[in-house]
Amino acid sequence: MPEKSETSAAVGHGLRRNRAQLAWVGNGFLLLLALAAAYLLISNLIKNPIVFLQSVLDGLKLGFVYALIALGYTMVYGIVKLINFAHGDVFMVGAFTSFFAVSQFNLHKWPQMLFPACPVGISIVVGSLTVIILSMVVCTLLAITIERVAYKPLRDAPRIAALITAIGVSFFLEFFGALQFVFSPRFIPYKSPFDVTSWYVQSGIHPIVSGQPSPDNTISFSNIFLIILIASVVVQLFLQFLVRRTKIGIAMRATSFDKPTARLMGINVDRVISFTFATGAAFAGLGGVLYAIAYASIWTQLGILPGLKAFVAAVLGGIGSLPGAFVGALIMGQAESLTMAYISTPMRDAVAFTILIIVLLVRPTGIFGEPAGEKA
Amino acid sequence: MKRLVSLTAIVLVLMVAVIGCQQAPKELKIAVLAPLSGPVPTFGVSTRDGALLAIDEWNAKNGVLNMKIVPIVEDSQCTPDPAVNAANKVINQDKVHYIIGEVCSKASIPMSEIANAAKVIQISPTSTNTAVTVDKNGATKAYIFRACFIDPFQGKVGATFATNNLKAKKAFVLFDQSNDYVKGLAEAFEQTFTQLGGTIVGKESYNGATDTDYSAILAKVKSAKPDVVYMPDYYNVINLASKQAKEKGINAPFMGGDGWDSSDLDVKAADGGYYTNHYDASDPRPEVQNFLKAYGDKYKDNAGKAIVPDALAALAYDATNLLLSGIKNAGADNTDKVKAALEGISFAAVSGKITFDAQHNPIKGAVIIHVKDGKKVFDSFVSP
Repeated sequence: MPEKSETSAAVGHGLRRNRAQLAWVGNGFLLLLALAAAYLLISNLIKNPIVFLQSVLDGLKLGFVYALIALGYTMVYGIVKLINFAHGDVFMVGAFTSFFAVSQFNLHKWPQMLFPACPVGISIVVGSLTVIILSMVVCTLLAITIERVAYKPLRDAPRIAALITAIGVSFFLEFFGALQFVFSPRFIPYKSPFDVTSWYVQSGIHPIVSGQPSPDNTISFSNIFLIILIASVVVQLFLQFLVRRTKIGIAMRATSFDKPTARLMGINVDRVISFTFATGAAFAGLGGVLYAIAYASIWTQLGILPGLKAFVAAVLGGIGSLPGAFVGALIMGQAESLTMAYISTPMRDAVAFTILIIVLLVRPTGIFGEPAGEKA
Repeated sequence: MKRLVSLTAIVLVLMVAVIGCQQAPKELKIAVLAPLSGPVPTFGVSTRDGALLAIDEWNAKNGVLNMKIVPIVEDSQCTPDPAVNAANKVINQDKVHYIIGEVCSKASIPMSEIANAAKVIQISPTSTNTAVTVDKNGATKAYIFRACFIDPFQGKVGATFATNNLKAKKAFVLFDQSNDYVKGLAEAFEQTFTQLGGTIVGKESYNGATDTDYSAILAKVKSAKPDVVYMPDYYNVINLASKQAKEKGINAPFMGGDGWDSSDLDVKAADGGYYTNHYDASDPRPEVQNFLKAYGDKYKDNAGKAIVPDALAALAYDATNLLLSGIKNAGADNTDKVKAALEGISFAAVSGKITFDAQHNPIKGAVIIHVKDGKKVFDSFVSP
């Protein structure tokens, strides 16, 4: 019956045209949204450049913390195609480890306690580094344990099983941590290993004394901002080096590319996967300590939102790509900070997750993502 | 024959057991619903401990109306859903007629709907939002009372104090848009402050349950140059925001309400701030000092030192005493009689002498606490 096939062809054609029109409407809408955002930002930049710059700086602080977490998401996804939702909670454990090391054991003061002659400055630097390294080690061990106990038995199971297990592990860490004898369910004022000081810029850099007002219309920043910035950049460069230049990095790339073949080539795939989890967790631990120092209040669900936003950042940058996670995190930080400054604070999370939806609709592979390429 | 004997024996034993049950002293169950987990667990622990102390004291004096008081403690998490579940559980399963709780207004409001419909008396020790005792049409919920003053009063006292004592002309208001309690205080503050001739130079909202970064809001506060920042949120939010404000070089004092009252308040970050509260331990009235001693004798910290009760403990203690006195005055375990007795009560409580107005809100005073040099010091007492 030729008639019928003609009709169906016509219907199919109509559908296709309809879809093309819909895509056009969608793109137009996104373009309008982008133009509105650009107008909002530029007009506000002209109106008050100081507030704008301050918001950008605050956004960078958030963005660099997200970058430290997003790297772990993206590395693990690149290798085992698992979105490790427990990653944000490893971040939380990092914050708590440093809190206990500082408040219970005074670990940040050990150089001064062992060698009273040691200058205060060096003591603080060495002590704080020890606290950070301890947190990184604890997080690494935790991640290896989680991988062994929860993910390894499911390596050949459908991916959805592993994903649900990851959510389970995440809940376990949050609510086990909330028990009275573990971390307690309280909001705990964080005891920092070093004092957070801030400065304002006004023809030179001046310190802000707590309890005294700083001049109006000045930009301020703090030492923890600088530390987060440096740590995040160093970690990014280190990981680039690790993945591109070292033997284990080559093994990681091979594993992510083709697991059975990598195994045939004599690569211990299980060890490579454990190593990936461990590296990601170590940097989440570092991020946890720095985040806790910057915001100074910790509780067991501290990791949920930064974790989710870092996940959005990883998707935005192209999940599986290291530079992608970094760039995505910085964009997320700016989106949040500028939303708070120019739209309204309660909208910040809505904007963050709208970005996720738009990326998934428009370019599911993200900014740096390639459909099937080199990933690590 | 043997079987018959043993059967008779079993029946006899059962009968004795049943009769024994009937003769046991009567018990009066009271539910204590407090947020033992969730965002504000220190509030929950204080509330539970305060209520249990009052119950112990009554039981030591032969209970109420010769009935032993049995507390049923449930965790209601300061969140509407778990609070509703807990209320349904104690009313339908445990068959209680009396509830002490919740701490948070947003949990107490949905809970009060259930309690009022079931003719169960609920006394919230600390929920300050007006909607706890008054329904949408403005009618008083017959079986719902509270032991604390209400949001408008705290906001009003805060604004009066800011104007008269701090000589503030410009105020910035920060509030959590998802929290009835914070919104209620902020609105009342704004209204009174404007009436007294001050200007609100800015108003910003946030989401206290999830936000940790307040830098963008604080940048606006800084450029608005207020004399005082009114932020009537809970201590966990104050810890974050006031610390970030200090780092930004904002020197205007922060002011708040009783949500600041916690041992976990970061006194270094909140230094220079003021908050309104229900009671202060340095008050010399005998009710306060006796309560302090009894509480300290019963509850010790890890080092074995007596714990100084906070306002939440004091109000839970007051709420429980109010309820039990009401039952005693009514002379029967009958919620209609107890309700009438409570409406006519005049009770010298730890947090001041309490009588109830037509909307079941207590009429009593407030104290102002100053956070200064790492301590919370009594500043002044404000009567309604």
